[in-house]
Amino acid sequence: MEAPDVAAKAQPGQFLIVVPHAKGERVPLTICGYDRKKGTVSFAFHEVGKTTKELACFNEGDCLLNVTGPLGNPSEIKKFGKVLCVGGSIMIAPLLLQVKALKEAGNRVTTVLGCRSKEFLFMQKEAEALSDKVYIASDDGTIGYKGLDFLKELLKKEKFDRCVVLGPVVMMRDVSEITKPYKIPTIVTLTPIMIDGMGMCGVCRVTVGGKMQFGCVDGPEFDGHQTDFEELIRRQRTMLPEERVGSLLWETSGGCKCGRNKA
Amino acid sequence: MAETKPKPKLNKKAVEMNKQEPKVRAKNFNEVALGYTEEQAQEEASRCLQCPKPQCVTGCPVEVPIPQFIKCIREKKYAEGIAIIKSKNALPAVCGRVCPQETQCQSKCVIGKMGDPVSIGRLERYLADWEREHGFQLPPKAKPTGKKVAIVGAGPAGLTAAADLVKLGHEVTIFEALHVGGGVLFYGIPEFRLPKAIVQNEVEYVQKLGVELRLGNLIGRTHTIPELMKNGYDAVFIGSGAGLPQFTGCPGENLGGIYSANEFLIRVNLMKSYAFPEYDTPIRIGKHVVVIGGGNVAMDCARCSMRLGAEVCLLYRRSRDELPARHEEIENAEEEGLVCKFLAAPVEFYGDEKGWVKSMKCICMELGAPDEKGRRSVKPIPGSEFTMDVDTVIIAIGQTPNPIIQRTTAGLESNPKHGTINVNEVGKTSLEGVYAGGDVATGAATVISAMGAGKRAAKAIHEYLMSKK
Repeated sequence: MEAPDVAAKAQPGQFLIVVPHAKGERVPLTICGYDRKKGTVSFAFHEVGKTTKELACFNEGDCLLNVTGPLGNPSEIKKFGKVLCVGGSIMIAPLLLQVKALKEAGNRVTTVLGCRSKEFLFMQKEAEALSDKVYIASDDGTIGYKGLDFLKELLKKEKFDRCVVLGPVVMMRDVSEITKPYKIPTIVTLTPIMIDGMGMCGVCRVTVGGKMQFGCVDGPEFDGHQTDFEELIRRQRTMLPEERVGSLLWETSGGCKCGRNKA
Repeated sequence: MAETKPKPKLNKKAVEMNKQEPKVRAKNFNEVALGYTEEQAQEEASRCLQCPKPQCVTGCPVEVPIPQFIKCIREKKYAEGIAIIKSKNALPAVCGRVCPQETQCQSKCVIGKMGDPVSIGRLERYLADWEREHGFQLPPKAKPTGKKVAIVGAGPAGLTAAADLVKLGHEVTIFEALHVGGGVLFYGIPEFRLPKAIVQNEVEYVQKLGVELRLGNLIGRTHTIPELMKNGYDAVFIGSGAGLPQFTGCPGENLGGIYSANEFLIRVNLMKSYAFPEYDTPIRIGKHVVVIGGGNVAMDCARCSMRLGAEVCLLYRRSRDELPARHEEIENAEEEGLVCKFLAAPVEFYGDEKGWVKSMKCICMELGAPDEKGRRSVKPIPGSEFTMDVDTVIIAIGQTPNPIIQRTTAGLESNPKHGTINVNEVGKTSLEGVYAGGDVATGAATVISAMGAGKRAAKAIHEYLMSKK
């Protein structure tokens, strides 16, 4: 996507907000890459609701109504030593941006790619090119390890100075629990519901260390050992029925008309 | 017998403005007040005494020449009338609707001492609406000065400063963080009080004056103030408002169904979720809504909730006499069915098994002695707790400035307690060439006071730029 103002300032860990059209939502998306010379940024998303399905129908040359960013605080990138980077699902894409930066900062990076099932795994080659070591895990065991329990064994054998997790909330919670006994500083990228993404609405409030924080301006990265994941999961689900209805209505009335989302 | 001149008839009653019936309007988002007809405007304008030393003007933060434009209405010179207003006020369609005239211009009106003051706001609105129907006329512009000014925020302060500066011949760019211009006029004030088409019109007028509007540009992130100064801007005006919501700090506040006023209004106004699923952003509202707070924002939240089909109770910790909202708004809200519970404050929120709010504990309050500003203190009455069933709570207890600019601008001094940027009386900050005004400097206040601040800062910026070689 062409967005020179965003590309000029984007850093790993930050996000942007896109508004597809005048009646559309504001959608926060983690930045997966940028080319300052070309003025482009990239992002990745799953087609889950109406808006993401619509976004998938945008072709080269189409224009979004608006792109705002970069938003949120950049990741802390410096030499930590040995870093364990765990990415799940679509968030593997932005994770690799951090892997690259951490590697360039002189870290030894071990990357774990998690997916639901074999067919959902992506960017394995890129991960292997960027990391010192790559592990694969899937929920159903169709590829690599089954589940993330192997991490417990790994941590018994190997010492890490930092852990970075980007993925579904449940995965970030589980990894944080695994690293906690080893006191490995664990950074999670929280993805609460957001609207403005710049500190106005407060819908992205999360509890970290017993204190109210805003995902958009205080985050999106937080200490995984201090985060109240259960509250985050509940808050992410608050508008689920409405989102489903919106998506279904749209699909049954013909979707975006490009044919891609025909019900 | 000498002929006596007929005495001018003093009409003590103001001409009422037509409104939608409460029962009808409580179910729609269309504008409540319908505006004067030409006959009504004529009649109301004829009540103005055309004082040689008009007091009303002294009550206006932007000094609109009030008697002069009212005279134009009487003489049916509408184009001339709106030009007179716009010489001082770039957003009359907004001000005619949302200014608290009763405490400003109209509070000074001489007739007000014996009856209703002249309805200055309604007349201003009449002319602004007349112009919208008949097409804008652009005022003359000074010749280019070659100076560039960056304005942060396309709300009332920023739009006013931009309009004044562009008319003086400067090149002006507004950086707006959201995807539409208007600031609080768009995301905060609801459609039924200020139609968004009107806000868009006023923003377009400022653009037609020659101001460049860049949307989706969050200063502090996309660019910083030092970067703007380095990249060719000779001065910056910060009018970024007070957008950071306050919460009560009570346990259970992160349950589902508890909205900040900002979230609720952004969903309903900016994202138009009242028209979901035509618009994509949803809102969930229950049957029993409690709005906490007593200002205009609280009233807006309450009135939106009623329009979305809920029964609404306003919970305010002081009594009716201390309500900070405009009297007119309280009246409108109560006509539409608002129930007020005074002298009570929240203590804790309780949720159901899905994490959605289902009830709240409150405590009764009592008023104490007034502080130095005359505001009564309040304290809880021990043992007076009570519980009520709710399924939606909206917290409208104030906003503070967003700290993002302060954090990313070295040397910009701000108040550590309130987060407001420190300025002098014309809006000058601690940094050379950087000015600020409106809510970001004062804390949450009114549209017109922000416009007044934008105006004073524009004048100061102009003087600064012209004195600089």
